[in-house]
Amino acid sequence: MAHQSGPSGFLLTTLNSAVNWTRTRSMWAATFGLACCAIEMMATGAAHNDLARFGMEVFRASPRQADLMIVAGRVSQKMAPVLRQVYDQMSEPKWVISMGACASTGGMFNNYALVQGVDEVVPVDIYVPGCPPGPQSLMNGILMLQDKVMSGEIVR
Amino acid sequence: MSDTPNVVTGDSEAPSTAKPDEVGASASTGAEERRKLHDLWVAGTEEPVWLRSYTDEPSQELLDAGDDPALQLSRGTVVDDDFFFDDAADPDELQILNMGPQHPSTHGVLRLQLELDGETILRAKPIIGYLHTGMEKTAETLTYMQGATNVTRMDYLSPLHMELSFSLAVESLLDAEIPERGQAIRVLMTELNRVASHLVWAATQGTDLGAVSMMIYGFRDREYILQFFEKTTGLRMNHNYIRPGGVAADLPDGWEEDVELIIEKVSQGVAEYEELFNGNPIFRDRTMGVGVITPEECRALGVTGPIARAAGIKWDLRKAFPYSGIDKYNFEIPVGKHGDVWDRYLVRIEEIRQSLGIVKQVLETMPAGDYRTLDRKITPPPRKRIDESMEALIHHFKLFTSGYKVPPGETYVAVESPRGELGMYIVSDGREKPWRMHARTPSFNHVQALPTMMTDSLVADIVATIASTDPVLGDVDR
Amino acid sequence: MSDRVFAPLSKRFPDVEFEQVLASQQDVAHVSLEQYVDFVSAARDHGFNVFSDLCGVDYLRRKPRFEIVVNLLSHEHVRRLRIRVGVPAADPTVASITSVFPGANFYEREAFDLFGIVFTDHPDLTRLVLPDDWEGYPLRKDYSVGSVPVRFKGSPKTT
Repeated sequence: MAHQSGPSGFLLTTLNSAVNWTRTRSMWAATFGLACCAIEMMATGAAHNDLARFGMEVFRASPRQADLMIVAGRVSQKMAPVLRQVYDQMSEPKWVISMGACASTGGMFNNYALVQGVDEVVPVDIYVPGCPPGPQSLMNGILMLQDKVMSGEIVR
Repeated sequence: MSDTPNVVTGDSEAPSTAKPDEVGASASTGAEERRKLHDLWVAGTEEPVWLRSYTDEPSQELLDAGDDPALQLSRGTVVDDDFFFDDAADPDELQILNMGPQHPSTHGVLRLQLELDGETILRAKPIIGYLHTGMEKTAETLTYMQGATNVTRMDYLSPLHMELSFSLAVESLLDAEIPERGQAIRVLMTELNRVASHLVWAATQGTDLGAVSMMIYGFRDREYILQFFEKTTGLRMNHNYIRPGGVAADLPDGWEEDVELIIEKVSQGVAEYEELFNGNPIFRDRTMGVGVITPEECRALGVTGPIARAAGIKWDLRKAFPYSGIDKYNFEIPVGKHGDVWDRYLVRIEEIRQSLGIVKQVLETMPAGDYRTLDRKITPPPRKRIDESMEALIHHFKLFTSGYKVPPGETYVAVESPRGELGMYIVSDGREKPWRMHARTPSFNHVQALPTMMTDSLVADIVATIASTDPVLGDVDR
Repeated sequence: MSDRVFAPLSKRFPDVEFEQVLASQQDVAHVSLEQYVDFVSAARDHGFNVFSDLCGVDYLRRKPRFEIVVNLLSHEHVRRLRIRVGVPAADPTVASITSVFPGANFYEREAFDLFGIVFTDHPDLTRLVLPDDWEGYPLRKDYSVGSVPVRFKGSPKTT
């Protein structure tokens, strides 16, 4: 996570806050559901735990139109280059949430087939633990990311 | 009938010249013609019909086209299945299209390479392995009690079925008997899981075909089931609840009300979906006659479950090789006729209803008793007893650290998962961890069967076909 | 074998050993490499026409080292048949049954991918679940699981 210095001066900081506010209020996620966590991600977007109240019910298939990538599920060795390619196609500002134990650390599958943690491939902003994390945990992670973007902790 | 043997069509009057094991050939006729022909030739039988032409009346041959199939084709005297006809398409006009692995409609990380001639699919090649987790290798490092945590993540939409198949395989090696209540709980949980899995299928099938609100409805009704699972097993998904020896914990108090609510809400939901889809002309047009697979292809490819039943094969492992006391309950097996997406839709909707019927019967007849076998060598003692009894402490310690030994041997046990035959092949060498564990997962065969269902159809039908196959990529790649 | 269902098969293949294992009486046939495809084909003709499963097993210290296990199902007899073929380690080659059961295609590719067992006459014997440039055969017993040491924050090794 690069720590660049943000804009200074009264007018620019207000503008910066406003921009950060708009970025958090309609963060569109790229569909990167891989395994079990993807089902929980879909359940988070569904009726009972509604992501639409955060402006996030839209999951864009094209990475060019998304600014958040929720890596939901285990990333195998064959999938890692694809993951990197999709991440590279997203335009700035972009954030990554690593959802679930397998994406964060390789989970219970400490073996030859999985990348032990998605942060070996892409820079991650928020790690959401769980196997799979329930919709409430994922929403907690998303809100935490929104707080960090709002407060300027993550500067893009 | 002309004297010159028609090279392409063969003898169109006798279906017995057709070759039953030739996989991949299907008449690329319109839906209506195919339906008529099916009703004419296939209804009530399972004979293969490899029709190469529309009609059984002799083709009008004003000029002798001879044996040249190209001339016959260009004159329109014969309609051929262009799967076998190589020079129908100019190689320059063929287009290779890559679908996936990151794609909203492939139900996971499935990659399809399609060779297209315009909008027609000539060949399709599924490329898998993007979710390979090495679960079979991991299983060799986990004890039998931990094994359920591993297998449950293979087919993550029906984890309880995976656990059940693993537990049944281990129990067949141990020759252990599960008490009746344990078996009834297993039936209850797996049938609810079947309903939940079919709801996800309905959600994704509807969304992929354009009925986007179906995603919300399917997951809405699934929430009731998942909340019950969370109450009983501790987790919404990947429960590790059904273990060798029984189940991990007894049903919570008040489970009867929860299950009644589930039955009521899901039945209402299913009635809504039928109202939305059954009369919908767009849905019908997009699903009837699409993605057809014949019973012979199903057998040759090992396709089981709702796909095979929709094709006309009346086979369900719950009826053929009953397990876990499921033969005590009355239920029907819906069987389709044409093997297309529409029939699979009908079969699965009916299966939801039948599963709810089984759940209701379990609810009414749940026996009292133990939820797991009393053999202390396999199942851990209740936590309270650890304070009281030294033996209980030692058992607990041994079971959770090194695990129990399973006599050497090999076994294959299969259950009927929402996708088809889900089998577990375990080889034991007498120690606490399996020597080899192999899961026979239904989606592996179904993804392999996708080219059979998709060739000679249109690009627009791919999504409907894949959605109706209901593949779970965790199942495929393991 | 006195079993009516398998009688025609055991008559045609007299040196194939049929056995029934476990209390659940699962039928297993031990077949030699040379008879393998013929036996599978004959089984299909005698009612076992549903292809269920094909997997490889590595027995490491046993000769032959590898084994291919084929599971067939018969709808008419309502029976399963498990066919086991021993494959030697020195030359892990076995015939492919894709000509008998097209469904064995992916299964044989997976056995090739994870065990290194070569199937002759297979239409497309390439790696299936692992990347194409992967070296080694993970499910063999002499291939390690590949686990990485797990470190925790604050543990001395991380500082």
